Amino acid sequence: MNKKIALWGILILAFALLPLFIKSNYLLGVLIVIGLYTIIVIGLGILMGYAGQVSFGHAAFFGMGSYTVAVLTTACHWPTIPALIASLILPGLVAAIIGGPTLKLRELYLALATLAFGILVHILFNELKGITGGPSGMTGIPYLSIGGLVFDRDIKFYYLVWVTVLLVSLAVHNLIHSRMGRAMRAIRESEHASETSGIDTAGLKLQAFVFSAVLAGLAGGLYAFYVTFVSPSPFGFHTSVQFVLMAVVGGLGTFWGPLLGAGLVVALGEVLRWAIPLVIPGAGGEYQIIFFGIILMLIMVIKPEGLGAITDLFKKPRVEEVQ
Amino acid sequence: MDLSSQLLQLLFSGLTLGSIYSLIALALVTTFNITGVLNLAQGEFVALGALLAASLYTAGLPLAAAFLVSVALIAALGALVERAAIYPARESSALTLIIITVGLSISLRGLALLLWGTDPVSLPAFSSGGPLLVGGASVNLQTLWILGMAAVTMAVLNIFFELTYTGKAVRACVINRTAALLVGINPGAMSLMAFAGSGAIGAAAGIFITPVTLATYDMGFMLGVKGFVAAAIGGMHNIRGAVLGGFILGILEVYSAGLVSSGLKDAVALVVLLAMLMLRPEGLLAASGRKV
Repeated sequence: MNKKIALWGILILAFALLPLFIKSNYLLGVLIVIGLYTIIVIGLGILMGYAGQVSFGHAAFFGMGSYTVAVLTTACHWPTIPALIASLILPGLVAAIIGGPTLKLRELYLALATLAFGILVHILFNELKGITGGPSGMTGIPYLSIGGLVFDRDIKFYYLVWVTVLLVSLAVHNLIHSRMGRAMRAIRESEHASETSGIDTAGLKLQAFVFSAVLAGLAGGLYAFYVTFVSPSPFGFHTSVQFVLMAVVGGLGTFWGPLLGAGLVVALGEVLRWAIPLVIPGAGGEYQIIFFGIILMLIMVIKPEGLGAITDLFKKPRVEEVQ
Repeated sequence: MDLSSQLLQLLFSGLTLGSIYSLIALALVTTFNITGVLNLAQGEFVALGALLAASLYTAGLPLAAAFLVSVALIAALGALVERAAIYPARESSALTLIIITVGLSISLRGLALLLWGTDPVSLPAFSSGGPLLVGGASVNLQTLWILGMAAVTMAVLNIFFELTYTGKAVRACVINRTAALLVGINPGAMSLMAFAGSGAIGAAAGIFITPVTLATYDMGFMLGVKGFVAAAIGGMHNIRGAVLGGFILGILEVYSAGLVSSGLKDAVALVVLLAMLMLRPEGLLAASGRKV
């Protein structure tokens, strides 16, 4: 236990001190994006690793969070904190509407429903020009201000995002070691057996899905305050697939998986963005996703437990004590 | 042109579109029920078949030969991906398998992008001659080719499913995979056949619509999604329902295209899919009370 606390302490200290050594705004920006994606992947990881369902539409919840902040702060002149709170609520509500009926079914109909939903929302971002500004997007989102503290510089945002990651991680850590977490793992192992033991499988899967959508909305709201500009392009199907890839690379149902997955995939994306034009002249961003597709397939075929499982090698297997 | 002939005109477009969706849905449902895999890469077979046939035709092959070679090669590709990506993971959860097909879909689309680039390619119409006039509506000859191809494919598949031993084995798998396994049907061979067949059907559909719509590396994605919509309308466990669902979707899309902007055209199918999954996930044709 002491080792665990020491590990946490070292990590938190490392993240707190990191900006002192980073002089480039580009690297700081990459770290902020990794933090935002980690928040999303934590939620998606619970949905996939514990509830055994997958969403191919999480970029839509991410985008809904961003657009909620954009519309409420610019067109409706809301203060920034209520707009951020709304960016959590709206995706959560929509997820409850979609997930309610589809999660009652045993098969992976949620995958299809979220796939359709993700594409639909992306189309709407482009087409509802009166609300979203269409393909050119919306500008003029104010900086987030919490009690007089205005997050107007990357360095401040870095701390905001990573403190949020820490808080979300702590909450999830408590969740998966609670009765609810054990019930979710039971569902993953056998839905029939958990139902027989009196677990409300559909209800728990729905809660996991709504929770993951809320986290994606939170990341989206923060993202809008960070870039102060939203357009439809970051919220398409490929982004949804990237989130699934991050969850899978890091390892489903592992605690460090989301951070590891988001970090590795974002870093790989940045390397590919630089390397691909050297190999294929004139290549655009669409080539990047090819590598992600191949990696996704290879991991699922060869090592479906993901890279996060490597960290489990150092641990002795232990039986969870029954409360 | 009066209203009734306009409606007739739209009906023909809807049937054309619908027959393509039907074929894709048919491949999806068969594969899903045999292997338990929702094959999100099905649309890529359509795109690759069309692109390959266009290249073969440009290289000098006659149209019919280009068609046959392309269909055969995409069938082989279907078999290859089944052995390379699906078969090794056959014991995995449905979650793992569906993620594999997404990875497969993106990889195949990437392959198409590398080989063919982003420019659309074309094929000539299968027969020359002006449009026919049917009841005041003008019908493109290629439309007849598409409808004919869909009818022939469905008839052949019907004979295969109803009259041949292998076809009955496939149907047994669709009805109850475990029971089929118990009476000695080899699900591995069935799975291989389903993917090869899906490749062939997809490629044929892609080649027949290319003279009308042109072919691009990314055409498969939305076509695959539309196939899922058609399958969901019919119910994921019902081959006839999938075919019917395809036609319903095609006609629905064409008739609603006039009501919404072109950018929102694809939204119709997605709304239908969401509505079906939320309100009647067992499909329109399913007997009530059947738990999926």
